[in-house]
Amino acid sequence: MLILTCPYCGVEADETELHAGGEAHITRETVGSSDEDFEDYLFQRQNPKGIHFERWRHVYGCGKWFHAARCTNTLEVFGTYSAQTTEPPKDIRDKISGKRPGWSWGIFS
Amino acid sequence: MSTRLATGGRLLNRDRATNFTFNGKQMRGFEGDTLASALLASDQMLMGRSFKYHRPRGVVASGAEEPNGLVNLGKGGGFEPNARVTTTELFDGLSAESQNHWPSLDFDVGVVNNLAARFMPAGFYYKTFIQPRAAWKHVFEPFIRKAAGLGKAPKDRDADTYEHFYSFADVLVIGGGIAGLQAAKAAGEAGAKVLLVEQTATLGGRAPVDGAEIEGQPADIWIAETTLALEKMENVTLRTRMMGAGVYDHGYALCYERLTDHAPLAEGPRHRLWRVRAKQIITATGAIERPLSFAGNDIPGVMLASAVRDYVVNYAVSPGDRTVIVTNNDDAYRTAIVLKEAGLDVPVIVDARPDGGGELAARAAALGIRIEKGKGIAKVKGGKRVEGVALCAQAGEGAVLEEIACDAVAMSGGWSPVVHLWSHCGGKLIWDETQSHFRPDAEKAPTGHDGQPFVSVVGIANGSMETGACLENADATGKSVAKLVGGKAKRTAAPKASDVDEAPMLAVWKMPQGAGEKLRAKMWLDFQNDVKVSDVMLAAQEGFESVEHTKRYTTLGMATDQGKLSNINGLAILADSLNEHIPQVGTTTFRPPYQPISMGAIAGETRGEIFQPIDKTPIHEWHEANGAFFEPVGHWRRPYCFQMSGETVEDAVAREVKATRDSLGLLDASTLGKLIVKGPDAGKFLDMLYTNMMSTLKVGKCRYGLMCTENGFLTDDGVVARLDEDTWLCHTTTGGADRIHAHMEEWLQTEWWDWKVYVANVTQQFAQIGVVGPNARKVLEKLGGMDVSKEGLGFMEWADGKIGEFDARVFRISFSGELSYEIAVLASQGLAFWNALLEAGEEFGVTPYGTEALHIMRAEKGFIMIGDETDGTVIPQDLGLGWAISKKKEDYLGKRAQQRSHMTDPMRWKLVGLETVDGSVLPDGAYAVGDGKNENGQRNMIGRVTSTYHSPTLNRGIAMGLIELGPDRMGEVLTFPKTDGTEVKAKIVSPIFYDPEGEKQNV
Repeated sequence: MLILTCPYCGVEADETELHAGGEAHITRETVGSSDEDFEDYLFQRQNPKGIHFERWRHVYGCGKWFHAARCTNTLEVFGTYSAQTTEPPKDIRDKISGKRPGWSWGIFS
Repeated sequence: MSTRLATGGRLLNRDRATNFTFNGKQMRGFEGDTLASALLASDQMLMGRSFKYHRPRGVVASGAEEPNGLVNLGKGGGFEPNARVTTTELFDGLSAESQNHWPSLDFDVGVVNNLAARFMPAGFYYKTFIQPRAAWKHVFEPFIRKAAGLGKAPKDRDADTYEHFYSFADVLVIGGGIAGLQAAKAAGEAGAKVLLVEQTATLGGRAPVDGAEIEGQPADIWIAETTLALEKMENVTLRTRMMGAGVYDHGYALCYERLTDHAPLAEGPRHRLWRVRAKQIITATGAIERPLSFAGNDIPGVMLASAVRDYVVNYAVSPGDRTVIVTNNDDAYRTAIVLKEAGLDVPVIVDARPDGGGELAARAAALGIRIEKGKGIAKVKGGKRVEGVALCAQAGEGAVLEEIACDAVAMSGGWSPVVHLWSHCGGKLIWDETQSHFRPDAEKAPTGHDGQPFVSVVGIANGSMETGACLENADATGKSVAKLVGGKAKRTAAPKASDVDEAPMLAVWKMPQGAGEKLRAKMWLDFQNDVKVSDVMLAAQEGFESVEHTKRYTTLGMATDQGKLSNINGLAILADSLNEHIPQVGTTTFRPPYQPISMGAIAGETRGEIFQPIDKTPIHEWHEANGAFFEPVGHWRRPYCFQMSGETVEDAVAREVKATRDSLGLLDASTLGKLIVKGPDAGKFLDMLYTNMMSTLKVGKCRYGLMCTENGFLTDDGVVARLDEDTWLCHTTTGGADRIHAHMEEWLQTEWWDWKVYVANVTQQFAQIGVVGPNARKVLEKLGGMDVSKEGLGFMEWADGKIGEFDARVFRISFSGELSYEIAVLASQGLAFWNALLEAGEEFGVTPYGTEALHIMRAEKGFIMIGDETDGTVIPQDLGLGWAISKKKEDYLGKRAQQRSHMTDPMRWKLVGLETVDGSVLPDGAYAVGDGKNENGQRNMIGRVTSTYHSPTLNRGIAMGLIELGPDRMGEVLTFPKTDGTEVKAKIVSPIFYDPEGEKQNV
């Protein structure tokens, strides 16, 4: 029962207000992509014990999708941010670097 | 025998006698008794039967850890199985019945299992019941089903009420023993908002029973003073009969309050589930004494030493006249002293340690109690009750040195901290070699949203074995935790307690150390599930090296007590068998709830009518008043049909279909989803969402559209109407509105966030009525208003205007194949419009119809239904819907997926119509079989039925199905085996059974 702060409406939302949407920052593959790339896009997901970037929707609130950076192991939340971006914002990446030097996740570090 | 002592009993109110029944027998106890203490006071030691062998079982513990004393409680709507006698407070009129026996508790036929015990080793079920296969169905399963399950499932509806509470605290203290009280006091004095919960009815825990002295006074006095001080603090809430059930992420905790279990006549809910958010949690959950593993340790009368002490001190119950104490530590000497001081006989204290005990041992010796050091119990004698014990050397193999008559045995194998709540959310444990137990590792605490620990442990739950240390640690933790939540701790000293010097304990996992196979097979680890030392050793020998595997193979710790007594002893045996250290073997996972909680409490108020909110159309009340037979569709209730008096459901459906095809039917279609999609990029967006081209749809026109997931599979369909240059109205399936709205929002917000599109769900803003049948136009023209002629409003067109007095939006669309108008009016006008249509339609024999007539008419026309023809694995191409897939578009959701090799495989099952040769109705979901068999020896399947009905129009069975190469096999007759072993033949035909040219709808 996580608590995440919705970056749109500012509510510290209990998990029951939210809908989990899986891994964030996935690039859409479509017509023209190779079978391997398309398979990765549709099915392959990271399942780290540690830092993870996730999509959440404030479904019983403002209805907005947002992203959360958190640790799946310690449940620490490094921050939440707009879903309308293709990469985690710098302040959140810096915050993670401060706590977990040398971290990496996908193409980000 | 067990009996009530003439004096004493710190929890009893001897002025208030309480009558109750056990297996129909009248018994008496006192206010303050538990059912366990009252049964013991009435010499009822035999309380149940074990699960596997049906061995006689007596109470072994005095609290939540009790594995044996489980009863059926109450009757009718108040019936509850598996109630623990040790946690059931006695009340006047309580009625309890023992479980898991037949025909009676004293004489149980099932005990034959006991004689066969050596044929039922660990993994017995897995090994025995595999072959022959046929025997499983006819012999083993019926037998096991009859024998399985403790207690009985309630038959009547639960007559009690339950509720949820939401609560917020700075500090949640779980456990109201002296450590919990002191921690709450320290945190409360520092200004923190504290909630303290205690699972029993009494604050103070074990300290008074154990004779602790705090601040120079008996513990009872300190507890009373501290409780009073806490009650006076406005920022502190104390709740008894409330268990901390589970600790979850980010300071969430569930607590389970039993409000009226002890007073069933009281008003209000029976249980309350507290959903607590705490900034910090302190667990002060105490410890549980471990049994010792010696032969016959399951015979009624063998109890935990601490439980014996509880019964004597708290309830003035003597479990036996002569009680032998057997121990590997000093604590059990307290029981010997308590018994002796109560005037009872303790023939011997059997201490496994060669050097014996410390100060308490000296006190026991001074009372004249015989102490045997370095000895163990070779076996307990007796059947339904202890008759005596045989002593042996602990270091030996069990050669009997002496037999001693007794009627009770008090055993102590040391104490294990209750670490469950610490562990629920990831707290790690360390193995304490001196105490032979796991305790919380403060370095590896559960962490919260900030990465900082949010659970602390105090008292013996943290492994503090001495009263003084418990209080100091509780005081310091209460203060430090309060600081974390913004409190200011006072500079006060922790209460002082005097402790006796105790000699170290000795780890004893088997008694005697060298016990052979015969003795090991009588050493119980899990009393409820009948798991013995020999079973765990066998599991290890057979290769079940992981503790989680051993648990499942042997069922150790899988009983309703979840291994509170058995787990540590079991894994010590496993570690020994594997030649590993206990911490290397590790523990099984601790999962919430700590103790079973009632299903009622989990449901809370959400039951009956308010279990789920029901969506009702504006016309719903008319349906209710006119014989609607409702079916759930999503959150809606839709009329399946409208039954007239004397009609069966089938009759009603047939009448509705015929009336609609012949003249005029009315359908409440308000449940269809209605999404407004608007904006400069709305057309582009809909082109991505639908397989069809929606951007080219002309204003005033309608188009049937298909929606797929990114995986290529059909997810929804419906008619789209273009309202103006930048506005579209998308109809979704009933029940699909919220899902498709969310689907649109997800893509708009997370992928195409720069597209200028807005989506609004207006499903419930409108009532929508299907006016269907050859006379549909006539009834509308009779009402007057807008032009609904063929020329004025063509097929697949829509227009705004007036129908009679009503502002209406009329769609000329058809899901039945008839001349059909779907007319939307404001929801507030829905019922009035429905009534106006009924009145105007009277001369045409207007007939409201339900979902089944709708389904039949669409199937007669070969229209697909999402959820019937689709199941999440079907693509539009399978359904012959290629015409609805735009070839011009570069991309749409699902396009790339539909190019995958499996999706373009010509052998995919494709939609066809099916006509039974004999005219009967194909069974729903039936499979068509082809030639040959697969690798499992099953007949090859070449297709399946997706929709099947009796068509009143054609007076025969019609069906649709997905068939391998179906469209290429027109006219072929396939075989569909039925579940009764017979077969039915059906011919592949076109899925359009009725009016294939569409002449009727386009008039």
